[in-house]
Amino acid sequence: MERLAIRRRPLLLLPLAVVVVAGVGFVELLQQAKEGRYNPHKVPNLLVGHPVPAFTTGPAPPGTGFSAADFQHLSHPVLVNFFASWCLPCHAEAPLLTELKDHGVAIWGIDYSDSKAAFHGFLAADGNPFTRLGDDPNGAAAVAWGISGVPESFLVDREGIIRWHLGGPLSPPVVADTLMPLLHKFA
Amino acid sequence: MIPELGNFALALACCLAAAQAVLLLLGAERRDARLMAMAPGLAFGQLIAIATSFAALAWSNAISDFSVQNVAAFSQSQAPLFYKLTGTWGNHDGSILLWCLVLAICGATVGAFGANLPATLRARVIGVMGAVAAGFLLFALTASNPFTRLSPPPMQGQGMNPLLQDPALAIHPPILYLGYVGFSVPFAFAIAALLERRVDAAWGRWVRPWALTSWCFLTCGIALGSWWAYYDLGWGGFWFWDPVENSSLLPWLTGTALLHSAIVVEKRESLKVWSVLLAIVTFSLSLSGTFLTRSGILNSVHAFAVAPTRGLFILALLGLVIVPSLLLFAFRAPILAPAGLFAPVSREGAIVLNNILLCSIAAVVFTGTLYPPFAALVAGEQLSVGAPFFNSTVLPLAIPLVLAMSLGPTLSWKRAALFPALLRLWWVALAAAAVGIIVALGWHGLAALGFAGSTWLILGAIRDIAARVRLFRLPLSESLSRLAGVPLGAIGAAIAHAGLGVTIAGISGMTFAAQRVVFLHPGQATDFAGYHWALTALDHVPGPDFNAEVATLPASRDGRIVAVLHPADHTFPVQGTDVTDTAIRTNLVVDLYTALGAVHDGGAEVRLRYDPLAPWIWLGALVMAAGGGLSLADRRLRVGAPARRPSLPSPPGGGRRPARAAG
Repeated sequence: MERLAIRRRPLLLLPLAVVVVAGVGFVELLQQAKEGRYNPHKVPNLLVGHPVPAFTTGPAPPGTGFSAADFQHLSHPVLVNFFASWCLPCHAEAPLLTELKDHGVAIWGIDYSDSKAAFHGFLAADGNPFTRLGDDPNGAAAVAWGISGVPESFLVDREGIIRWHLGGPLSPPVVADTLMPLLHKFA
Repeated sequence: MIPELGNFALALACCLAAAQAVLLLLGAERRDARLMAMAPGLAFGQLIAIATSFAALAWSNAISDFSVQNVAAFSQSQAPLFYKLTGTWGNHDGSILLWCLVLAICGATVGAFGANLPATLRARVIGVMGAVAAGFLLFALTASNPFTRLSPPPMQGQGMNPLLQDPALAIHPPILYLGYVGFSVPFAFAIAALLERRVDAAWGRWVRPWALTSWCFLTCGIALGSWWAYYDLGWGGFWFWDPVENSSLLPWLTGTALLHSAIVVEKRESLKVWSVLLAIVTFSLSLSGTFLTRSGILNSVHAFAVAPTRGLFILALLGLVIVPSLLLFAFRAPILAPAGLFAPVSREGAIVLNNILLCSIAAVVFTGTLYPPFAALVAGEQLSVGAPFFNSTVLPLAIPLVLAMSLGPTLSWKRAALFPALLRLWWVALAAAAVGIIVALGWHGLAALGFAGSTWLILGAIRDIAARVRLFRLPLSESLSRLAGVPLGAIGAAIAHAGLGVTIAGISGMTFAAQRVVFLHPGQATDFAGYHWALTALDHVPGPDFNAEVATLPASRDGRIVAVLHPADHTFPVQGTDVTDTAIRTNLVVDLYTALGAVHDGGAEVRLRYDPLAPWIWLGALVMAAGGGLSLADRRLRVGAPARRPSLPSPPGGGRRPARAAG
């Protein structure tokens, strides 16, 4: 009995080990957050300053899909928005996108890893703020653009260079203070 | 004066909690009957002190005493009294106080109902709860004191989060906390058992009602949160796999596992180590769920401000509770040898399967929730794990769980034969398959799976009770008289299992939901989902602390008005935010759901939804909780029922037996 008990002890320490690892991780995260190095809401992207990557999307009715070639010879800057119907912040963001569309901003949406039915539900519930729509069922375009989740938005200028990136939903202050000035700058 | 009284009562409660921990744990260790006899008194004293403190904060909120910083920051004088009161726990500091109050209530309840517990066990349980309370009360006193004064006091408060001005969300925290904190009692029993070096059938019987009560509240709390997301956020979704939602689901999953494994401890004296671990894990997850979400470290739509300093403090506190518990577990658990053996195919075996599956689901949800922040830490890249991950990983685990839920109750204890058990379920399986095939042919594959599972669960539950009363095998009158003899616990279990079936049917029904967005001027109408929706009026209505645009939208079918819906859009000038107020008409089978979008040019964007079976999602949760409540009424579960077995001698090598001190 006593021998059995000793033999089983390492396994019984497993829950403690999980907790300690998780705890140390959280301490480090909080430390980084304190020093401003970690922000759960900030997502960097390495493509800013570079041309649009090679990618293609399938049709997502009413949109016909688009690819990297469509970013050549633009007459105006384009806001590329990755979204999905299963993503709560994407629903939250939709009214703001509609407002931007009403201001004449071209928004090209890429529907990430979504089902057709759910996608139509999204458009029905939140309206369609998108000038063009592409479907990215297996996430190939998402990988090409280096996104880490949805929603994410990119501003592409007329030369097809990515000028700005936002990981997470757009908010009125971001639109007013950052996006609108950039749109004017690259118009 | 009142806030100072509250602050003093808080400090007093902290001292009493510390005394409760030190005196009782020491008393139990030394078998000092006088010290151990103080348990109920200390627990009640602590409750009275915290209740006074909480009442003081509620009073400050009710009279809008803006010299209290907490009230000034989160309240305002024009808010309705009900929301002023519920606003007491609508912020971080107040919610910690509520958390401590619920913990004190649990401690006092153990004190009140624990008269027939062995004196050392009772002292240790209440002592452990005192230790946890002392830590959190110290935190409330020092790091998040709700009674801090402002000088000079502002004329007006900064206002209440408009989203919180909602009846469901206002009562959501207390119910959820009753669930979360209730699991502190099984936790305290687990620690006390490890200190006592023994877990026996009686332990299982004492723990089960507590786990069951907490589980009922947690079920209701989660359902309430999900219902709020459905009707308030205005997107028609009910579960988003958001970190905050997941952190309430995790203790529910392990708590459900504990509920079942404790039965095996009670009936068969097996799964002891596992049940003790589940009790510790469930409370640890409850603690993390309550507090880590508030550190803002998890990227959630339920925006909590990132507060690293407070987060570190909370983390240290969690560490002080969880690490020693698991350390004690690692060293003492081998002593708890199982007594009853059982075959893989048996009631115990089914419960083991249930535990494995529930804990696997919990592990998947845990991983998916913590993966993004830890990936950021290790690989330095940010990503988010969304609904596709959770849906595709939880579903394969949920299918065998649902299958086992109807099969388990047909198996006998110790050893059972699988084939006769399956035969007993033949008509249930046939009905489930028929429903599945009909739905699959007519509509949708995934919904077919859901409806088949739901039929399997509900009919399985009915079969269980029918078999117990030998329905149709005996005359009906005799069956009915037998029903009175069926233990309430068995009826409760059947109802709870059927409740999950109802919820699954509701979730499956949502796949047939339809939605449309139209822009209507007053006088215009649209046809959708078989109903005629007319916008007859759009009125501007000023409220106490908001302005509202209220639409009048009668929905009619075949020329007859079925419902008059009033979706509204509230603007809160103090906070500068908009809140949509959806209008839902339900007949408990179908929801007609309307929300108001942008209002401009004298017209309004109206969102219409037709959600078949949606109410069943939350109705099912209520049925589950009701089943749990019914089980609680079972006299076998009541502590001190005459069925209590004489305690067994401790296993060889199991250390000393605790002396039964007179108390």
